[in-house]
Amino acid sequence: MALTGIQIYKLLPKTNCGECGVPTCLAFAMSLAAAKAELAACPYVSEEAKTELADASAPPIRVVEIGTGERKLKIGGETVLFRHEKTFINPTGIAVLVTDEMSDEDVAGRLERFKTLEYERVGLTLRADLFAVKSLSGDAGKFEALVTKVKSQTDGGIILMTEDPGVMEAGLKVCADRKPLIFAATKENAEPMAALAKEHGCPLAVKGDGLDEVSELTTKLTEGGLTDLVIDSGARTIRKAFEDQVFIRRGALLKKYKPLGFPTIALPCEMTDDFMQETLIASMFVAKYGGIVVLSDIQGHSLFPLLLARMNIYTDPQRPMATSPGIYEIGGPNEDSPVLVTSNFSLTYFIVSGEIEASRVPAWLIIVDTEGLSVLTAWAAGKFVGDIVGISLKKSGIMEKVRHKKVVIPGYAAAISGDLEEELGDWEVLVGPRESAHIPAYLKEWKA
Amino acid sequence: MGFEIPKISYNGAIKEIPLGKESNRITVGGETCYPFHLFEGNMPLPPKIAMEVYDATPEEWPQAALAPFADVVHDPAAWAQKCVASYGAEMIALQLASTDPNAQNTTAEQAVEATKKVAAAIEVPLIVWGCGNVEKDTEVLKRIAEECAGENLILGPVEEDTHKALGAAAIAYQHTIAASTPIDINLAKQLNILLGNLGVPDERIIVDPTVGGLGYGLEYCYSVMERDRMAALTQEDERLQFPILCNLAKEVWKVKEAKLSDEEAPLLGDSTKRGVLLEAMTALLFLLAGGDILIMRHPDAIQLVKGFINDLMGS
Ligand code: B12
Ligand code: SF4
Repeated sequence: MALTGIQIYKLLPKTNCGECGVPTCLAFAMSLAAAKAELAACPYVSEEAKTELADASAPPIRVVEIGTGERKLKIGGETVLFRHEKTFINPTGIAVLVTDEMSDEDVAGRLERFKTLEYERVGLTLRADLFAVKSLSGDAGKFEALVTKVKSQTDGGIILMTEDPGVMEAGLKVCADRKPLIFAATKENAEPMAALAKEHGCPLAVKGDGLDEVSELTTKLTEGGLTDLVIDSGARTIRKAFEDQVFIRRGALLKKYKPLGFPTIALPCEMTDDFMQETLIASMFVAKYGGIVVLSDIQGHSLFPLLLARMNIYTDPQRPMATSPGIYEIGGPNEDSPVLVTSNFSLTYFIVSGEIEASRVPAWLIIVDTEGLSVLTAWAAGKFVGDIVGISLKKSGIMEKVRHKKVVIPGYAAAISGDLEEELGDWEVLVGPRESAHIPAYLKEWKA
Repeated sequence: MGFEIPKISYNGAIKEIPLGKESNRITVGGETCYPFHLFEGNMPLPPKIAMEVYDATPEEWPQAALAPFADVVHDPAAWAQKCVASYGAEMIALQLASTDPNAQNTTAEQAVEATKKVAAAIEVPLIVWGCGNVEKDTEVLKRIAEECAGENLILGPVEEDTHKALGAAAIAYQHTIAASTPIDINLAKQLNILLGNLGVPDERIIVDPTVGGLGYGLEYCYSVMERDRMAALTQEDERLQFPILCNLAKEVWKVKEAKLSDEEAPLLGDSTKRGVLLEAMTALLFLLAGGDILIMRHPDAIQLVKGFINDLMGS
């Protein structure tokens, strides 16, 4: 993907006029290669060179956008095979299937769950992203009605699923303004589907029987001017689908193989009849390279674990999510309210503050700067120890806010209580429960 | 034209480690490729699942996890038998949770007794897991190693601070060691070197990278395992070429979301299915990262994951 300075140099005017801000074209090329300059800084670069450079610097896996507005979903753009190498960027989109042969009740249930199943975690809202609306009957009118219903009742993204261009057109007529993903162009219908994608400016999924067929299709479509493509390799067994995901990602990243340089869509809903297994298959695609997964349904017990998996796999491995240190007031505490202390790992903070809130006992929560490490990890790393916690407590100003002299520490950090008492002078250190789930019961018993 | 599959060339292999008594041996490891990348290497020995049993009746388990074992939780031997007979357990992991000084603080004698009973009740390989307290594990696991000589146990966690005592006991009484380090590839390698220096033969070492459950630190463990496999298979890092064990069930089932009832958390659906999926998904992600032995709890989760292993290994 990335060109070397020398390769770029060959495309520049080589006049060394210096207008770009550096004395020579070579120096400018080096800056470009290091991403320290913009090509636009050279007024003399040819159009030809511009396209070539843009082409060469395009990401190996294209970023495709589905939907509009706040809930626009971005997929693709990945640059690594393993998350520790750099971070996976655009989380797998989670789609729920509705078909025109489902009962009204089944459709309504899915619409309702799509809306209500949302979870707050570490300050983020976790939820499903898309509806996959599928025509089984082949009836354009029915399809149009279902798409209309889905569109009117959700602001989520939409995938239109039918291989019949006529039926697809009926769906697009209703929701093209929402930039749905068209699923799918096949060997048989590629031309009319491509025409529809072009006409409405919508991304197009390509479904082939194996990667050779997919490559032929994507090549043909890109030559026809379409760039926003999504790949379905056609595999519907677990092993084959897993392998295809690996091949596609590797082809794009290791071989710069353009025909496969697109995000993927996987269909666990077509791979099993067992709902639990289906959810598990979806989690495999979250870890191994799925751009979108289409599920036959979502339930609280299936969606929540899947969202956690997605959050875990797509967090930045280099930088833990942290909360700023300081005093947090929960439920309007006063001078007699309990004081608790914890680490600034976001996960820890949100879990602990959630439990304090649930207890309905107003309290002060002091967050110590542990550089984003959890309590036990920070303790083991020497960042949640007596003197550090003591100094943060003193500096926080909490001692002026309460009349009592008691602080509750996490049960897992019991070992620091002696040192902490020493650091704090006349304050009493209370060892709280180990698991945060026991905080409510503990706080209800707490007396100043 | 045709798309040519980009293959990775490996220059290392995971060692094959035999577990349990000769009459009922299970061997793990042997991979010559990344997990389930069977198009470019082999996994001659599919991953195995060990079912856990506890040395004392669990007190804080949610109903979902307790229900399948309600009739046997007071008796680890009966519990282990049920796992094998009713759920086809390939191995058993006896968790000595009650030896924890912060819990019931039961004695080494009691732990030995529980281990002997369980060992006598089953034929499959037996993993015996301490409470994680350095002093107590040294005392308890050492006694178990001595008194259960000939049982070919897998003893864990063996940490840097306990490796000398427990390593020596494992050599003397012929047990296998689960070398445990906190989510750090360099520490893992270091401990394997130390065990080697002590004279523990390679075929008696399994690696425990430490795991966290889904939503509670899983991602760190997942990546350490991937890096571990990368070093072992593509960088010829000989001291990392060991099978990986993931003691995951206790991490999964202790978290709040695994414990909430249907009424307490209407948005989290059916509590049993939720717990099962939390466990199965944690297990699956660790399999994809390189797990060879998974310590699991719920029979439904185990069944799902076993099926998945077959699907990934099959055609
Ligand atoms: C993920 C992880 C890491 C990640 C860090 C993640 C992070 N951002 O913190 C990484 C890989 C970086 C890591 C590194 C290390 N880790 Co680490 N890590 C873990 C792991 C798997 C999960 C930790 C976690 O995220 N827990 C979830 C959070 C929410 O838990 P928590 O903050 O403790 O909060 C809970 C309770 O404490 C309580 N609570 C919190 N606050 C409060 C406040 C009050 C008042 C109360 C009452 C309760 C309460 O509520 C929460 C939920 O119940 C654990 C093992 C495990 N399975 O738990 C090991 C573990 C914590 N790590 C450990 C160690 C030793 C280390 C290292 C020192 C290893 C090393 N030598 O390099 C390093 C230290 C870091 C460094 N040197 O920079 C050990 C600690 C051993 C010990 N008992 O002292 C553990 C237990 C693993 C083990 N068994 O060996 N680790
Ligand atoms: S402005 Fe363009 S032509 Fe002039 S030195 Fe810079 S790169 Fe060369």
